[in-house]
Amino acid sequence: MGIISRGFGGRRRESVPGLPPGQYLTHDFPVLSAGPTPRVPLDRWRFTITTETGEKTSWNWSEFQALPAEDFTVDIHCVTKWSKLGTTWRGVSLDTLLGDVESSADYTMAHSFGGYTTNVPMEDLLDGKAWVVYKFEGEDLHPEHGGPARLLIPHLYFWKSAKWVTGLTLMPEDEPGFWEAAGYHMYGDPWREQRYQGD
Amino acid sequence: MTATSTEEFEDGATLDGNAMAGDLREVFAVDVTSARYMCAGCRHTDAVATLRLWNRAPGLVARCPNCEDVVIRVVRAPDKVYLDLRGSVRLEVPLEGV
Ligand SMILES: [Zn+2]
Repeated sequence: MGIISRGFGGRRRESVPGLPPGQYLTHDFPVLSAGPTPRVPLDRWRFTITTETGEKTSWNWSEFQALPAEDFTVDIHCVTKWSKLGTTWRGVSLDTLLGDVESSADYTMAHSFGGYTTNVPMEDLLDGKAWVVYKFEGEDLHPEHGGPARLLIPHLYFWKSAKWVTGLTLMPEDEPGFWEAAGYHMYGDPWREQRYQGD
Repeated sequence: MTATSTEEFEDGATLDGNAMAGDLREVFAVDVTSARYMCAGCRHTDAVATLRLWNRAPGLVARCPNCEDVVIRVVRAPDKVYLDLRGSVRLEVPLEGV
């Protein structure tokens, strides 16, 4: 911390050691959106995992709330170059959600209300690396930020953390989602700066 | 309905298809915002300039004002532009001076 007050010139870019390459630090929470914000009533909300054989496991909102939740703090990195450190969330680990699902699929596709999709390898969802979150900084997750619930995979660029997530399809082969089909990287590791195809 | 960059459409888009002109000018020798699209979702057809544009995103997302399906996606990498047209059945581009 320097002697010059932070917050002076709110949009000033800080370059901070320890951030992934090409990223700058932001203190606000930019809203990125590829379409209209869906307003999902909780009585219509469901999260469904569909395996490669078509078996479905699903939770409605109250069943989902009854699952063991975790509170955790992580850094997030958006491909549009902002990073936000020390964000606090509450949600259900994908280890819990995938625990009883019979599958040998190596890849998954996350689906959202509104039609958004993004592909994530199965191993990136397991071992405490990914959650379906419904609280941010102690508050219900706002629709602008993906509420009622979004995927959170902090070790990948934030476009992989699908807002308004409604389920996962498990797949034997990798397939591109919404942004991956339009030129973004299939995997999206911020530490290797995998922004676009070929990076 | 017209909108400037400071207004918002009811569906939350801040811009219309005219705002893609700059990026598309680098790809095509014609002004694509004056071309007509046909939406692959609902077959609605109109000028590209009338699409609803979301630009606070990793790319530009232009949606059909009739059915909200994505018609055009534009992604800018440092050394190339990706143009994803799977949401449009066709583009009808007027040729100048013919
Ligand atoms: Zn349409």
